[in-house]
Amino acid sequence: MAGGAAPGGSTASDTYARARHWLLMPSWAVLGVFVLAPVCVMVIYSFLTKEFRGGVIWDPTLAAYDQFFFDRGLFGDSDPKLQWTYITIFWRSIWQAGLATILSLLIGFPTAYYIATRPAKTRALWVFLITIPYWVNLLIRTVSMKFLLRDEGPLNDFLLNIGLITEPLQIINTNLAVQLGLFYSYLPFMVLPIYAAVERYNFSMSEAAADLYATKWTTLRRIVLPAVRPGVIAGCILVFVPSLGAFLAPDLLGGAKNFMIGSLIEEQFKGNAGNWPFGAAASMILLSMVLILLMIFAHQQRRAEASA
Amino acid sequence: MNSSAELAVDVRNAVKRYGDFTALQQISLGIRDNEFFTLLGPSGCGKTTLLRMIAGFEDVTEGGIFLFGDEIENLPPHKRPVNTVFQNYALFPHMSVLENVGFGLEMKGSSRKEAAKRAGEMLELVQLSQFAGRKPAQLSGGQQQRVALARALAPSPKVLLLDEPLSALDLKLRKAMQIELKHIQRETGITFIFVTHDQEEALTMSDRIAVMSAGELQQLGDARAIYEKPRNMFVADFIGDTNLLEVSVDKVTNGRAECRISGNHALSCDAVDGVDVGARVHLSIRPERLLLSDQGIEGSSLKGTVAENIYIGTDITTIMDVDGGPKITVRTSNTERGNKRIFEPGSRAYVNMETGAARLLVD
Ligand SMILES: Nc1ncnc2c1ncn2[C@@H]1O[C@H](COP(=O)(O)OP(=O)(O)OP(=O)(O)O)[C@@H](O)[C@H]1O
Ligand SMILES: [Mg+2]
Repeated sequence: MAGGAAPGGSTASDTYARARHWLLMPSWAVLGVFVLAPVCVMVIYSFLTKEFRGGVIWDPTLAAYDQFFFDRGLFGDSDPKLQWTYITIFWRSIWQAGLATILSLLIGFPTAYYIATRPAKTRALWVFLITIPYWVNLLIRTVSMKFLLRDEGPLNDFLLNIGLITEPLQIINTNLAVQLGLFYSYLPFMVLPIYAAVERYNFSMSEAAADLYATKWTTLRRIVLPAVRPGVIAGCILVFVPSLGAFLAPDLLGGAKNFMIGSLIEEQFKGNAGNWPFGAAASMILLSMVLILLMIFAHQQRRAEASA
Repeated sequence: MNSSAELAVDVRNAVKRYGDFTALQQISLGIRDNEFFTLLGPSGCGKTTLLRMIAGFEDVTEGGIFLFGDEIENLPPHKRPVNTVFQNYALFPHMSVLENVGFGLEMKGSSRKEAAKRAGEMLELVQLSQFAGRKPAQLSGGQQQRVALARALAPSPKVLLLDEPLSALDLKLRKAMQIELKHIQRETGITFIFVTHDQEEALTMSDRIAVMSAGELQQLGDARAIYEKPRNMFVADFIGDTNLLEVSVDKVTNGRAECRISGNHALSCDAVDGVDVGARVHLSIRPERLLLSDQGIEGSSLKGTVAENIYIGTDITTIMDVDGGPKITVRTSNTERGNKRIFEPGSRAYVNMETGAARLLVD
């Protein structure tokens, strides 16, 4: 393997580097104004004192983070205990988002693969069909889902009518309903990147594998999946991250018992019960968690690539 | 059934249609075991399509394909004891060169270690040992092509399909690989079905050649038969250089045909089936089988004026304006110049045919 050194990576000439620099300016500007600045505001708010009826007082404190992690009793004077309420909510959120990601992958991959292997003319139609539901606002879709799933809703009616069940199924206000909501909300974010990757995939490699005695299953595992992995990873991130912070599906379908981080944060900025610093702190904790997860993931990717 | 059992691949009346486009029409070919068999034809004539049908990537629209006597219609590609060197290589980009070459062996049940060992040997054979650890993207086109060759050879298939496996190599490496391939084929006894559109490559390497054009088999035979006894205009024109003269047949006697070309020159040659008096057919004469001379021979000469001499190293090509007739190309070997006269442009000369040099073509 001595000769394994890669020939030097492409070093673009100075002219191109400068041009690229300028071309990237608008993107940097948008990112700065709409991503970086709000995040900075959140960081600052999370260290300020809350004002009743929303808003903040410019008085630096760690109270918001303290409230997240510790329980100091009703009057704030008992010995601090670990506060499980919010950690439980976080844990449930990760679990739900992870499950939604796996579910979308299991359904999304075959769907994407199927679409990408249709003749070129029909592919566009399939992609179009996938996106149609998303022309309707997420709120409206989630509310309709609530109607579909409730005890007297069409789903239970149907199951009762065909005699599969005798009592309406309790779906609404369960984790299952939240799961269905998340899965439904973000499925296209799984399908589309995988579709793009499979479409770019050169199927003569599958033929070469079959020619070399690989079964369909082995070909999928050893040849197709490694080739489309970037699409799969993109899809997983695009489903996992928004699921983690989602609040519509847990609010409308999960009820009070199945609270997720998104709802918790949303509550803090809404109405009179709000606590902006606490909401900002919860957001920061969520953000750090996502970043740490992504970093662990990227690190492992790099290790896997290096060892291959 | 007996005769077909000796055939490695037996293509019987195979037809391939894409919609209403017919890519292959009624192809019948018997490829013998241990044979170096070449499919030769211009771009788009259906060579790749035929290989893909044998490998199992395309259905046969009509007819059948037999592998060592067995119909393989329902055998999926991964169960056919056939390996392919793909025209576009189709190497696995995420695997190293060594893993690529070892893949087929692994799939056949060898351990990783065994596969790697044999893959290493194959890489040595194609002179790429020092690149074993690289990814295909880090190789040149010619190197990738040799990896594809090693990968297809490694599992020792019964039949190896090679789709223009040398097309990306420079002339010198190409010649070396031709010899190497021929050597491998003899050594291993694997039946090679070799696709090329390079006629010289086909002539030098093959036991037998199938010349194809527009989805049809034009002629099947060894190099000599294809070159010296082309069956039709297409084969005569496609293989090597030739003079194609339009002639009318005056008389057919004792297997000889008396022909006439424009300018009222008479030529006689061997008759072939399907040539009748009055027919307007073509005569093919290879340039190297013509001689320039001061004296004509009755029935084998054309008189004309030298238009041009072109020096091409090993040979000198002379273009003759035949009186009242077509232009004719004559090739004189450069080594024999000492005992042959060079006619300067503008001088008058006879073009004499060697006996048996002219071949009548019915279509
Ligand atoms: N999937 C397809 N659908 C329609 N027509 C096709 C298809 N594949 C091949 N053809 C047509 O069939 C004919 C034969 O193609 P093929 O690839 O076998 O040519 P070839 O002899 O290998 O040419 P080349 O030397 O350029 O590789 C061509 O006219 C091609 O356009
Ligand atoms: Mg081809």
